[in-house]
Amino acid sequence: MEHIELFFKSIFVDNMVFAYFLGMCSYLAVSKKVSTAVGLGAAVIFVLAITVPLNWLLDQYLLQEGALTWLGPEYADYDLSFLSFIMFIATIATMVQLVEIIVEKFSPSLYNSLGIFLPLIAVNCAILGGSLFMQSREIETLGLALNYGVASGIGWFLAIVAIAAIREKIRYSNVPAPLRGLGITFIITGLMAIGFMSFGGMLTGGEDEATEETQEDTVGMITTVTETKEDDKTSSLVIETINDTDKKQ
Amino acid sequence: MGLLSKKDSKLILDPLTDDNPVTIQVLGICSALAITAQLKPSIVMAISVIFVLGVGNVVISLMRNIIPSKIRIIVQLIVVATLVIIVDQVLKAFAYSLSKELSVFIGLIITNCIIMGRFEAFALGNGPWKSFLDGIGNALGYGVILIIVGFFRELFGSGTLFGLKVLGDSVEKTGLYALGYENNGFMVLPPMALIVVGIIIWVQRSRNKELIED
Repeated sequence: MEHIELFFKSIFVDNMVFAYFLGMCSYLAVSKKVSTAVGLGAAVIFVLAITVPLNWLLDQYLLQEGALTWLGPEYADYDLSFLSFIMFIATIATMVQLVEIIVEKFSPSLYNSLGIFLPLIAVNCAILGGSLFMQSREIETLGLALNYGVASGIGWFLAIVAIAAIREKIRYSNVPAPLRGLGITFIITGLMAIGFMSFGGMLTGGEDEATEETQEDTVGMITTVTETKEDDKTSSLVIETINDTDKKQ
Repeated sequence: MGLLSKKDSKLILDPLTDDNPVTIQVLGICSALAITAQLKPSIVMAISVIFVLGVGNVVISLMRNIIPSKIRIIVQLIVVATLVIIVDQVLKAFAYSLSKELSVFIGLIITNCIIMGRFEAFALGNGPWKSFLDGIGNALGYGVILIIVGFFRELFGSGTLFGLKVLGDSVEKTGLYALGYENNGFMVLPPMALIVVGIIIWVQRSRNKELIED
């Protein structure tokens, strides 16, 4: 049950692109054609599925406070979490390189379809973001970490394929000249994000509401929530919308 | 700009308008959108990026002749990651609540495409002083967009700027609210960030026809 919930939550509610704007650079740059979008999306799923569990292991047994206890009791006080950025990015960069070499050796056809995208992925914010969210949300088991990696990858895949399909069609529409290309893509993504917000109601379980306060989600949401707590004078409209976003968590 | 030659000041000023990293080069969008619901985190983010890109560009430019080109990506990532750790630790020490608010997005400066993009495109081929100016210029261009988006989202979304109630009090109905004005709560939600950037692009491109894509 826990697995199913995390899976759907990561795909729809906490969608990498629409809720956190992660991986927007490649999302905008590589979404001109559906076929390339599918290639990049698949590569993202693949790399997230490898790096998130790996970084979970690193976090559990190396970086967290007290994580080094397995070396001996005298190491229990060490807290290396300030090193997590550099460890995570090094893992990601080496894994991407390694995956590229392995895939090239054993499956040339897969390499041909993923090949050009793999180097791009080392600097895709969605990959590092996946690991950092995994850390800040304190995901408990390796299985859940794998699940989280795959599911957020699928969410990203869906987003890029959808926008690529829309961009292919919109080429035939009469868009105002200054908006053509980048501008209209931004606005469409915004509209799609509004659509994805409606998935928020999907997982309104009773137990979720308890965790709502501790959860650190988008800055936007968190600041508005604290704002209403501290000062009740915010207008009723803001409160309404916040209630909606609260329900979604 | 008495200190700088014409070429040098161009390096700083171009990215602010016609060669803006966010709206024209389409780099560094990820963090530009997520933290702009209010003005203060936007400014902190802009300052962090100015520091990381300014210093990082100089470091890479000094090392440009000794980095083997095959492993340059990983060298660049390590340089950025080190600088970002410094920023993160400084924020945690002096502005803890703000660093909680920015959460993972400080870490995501590492994968901000502006930084890798400038390293690749400029610092690897130019001297330290020019690279420094280029870094500062591009980071400023990024910061300007962040601050514009943050300004509008906070002003229309919560009626405040830096937490000050500039439009009057929405509950006691003073200032603008006395005339029946209401806050647009939608502005603080994530999708509006995209739409605000879309509108900035629209305005910028209708003013300068050369930038229009076909």
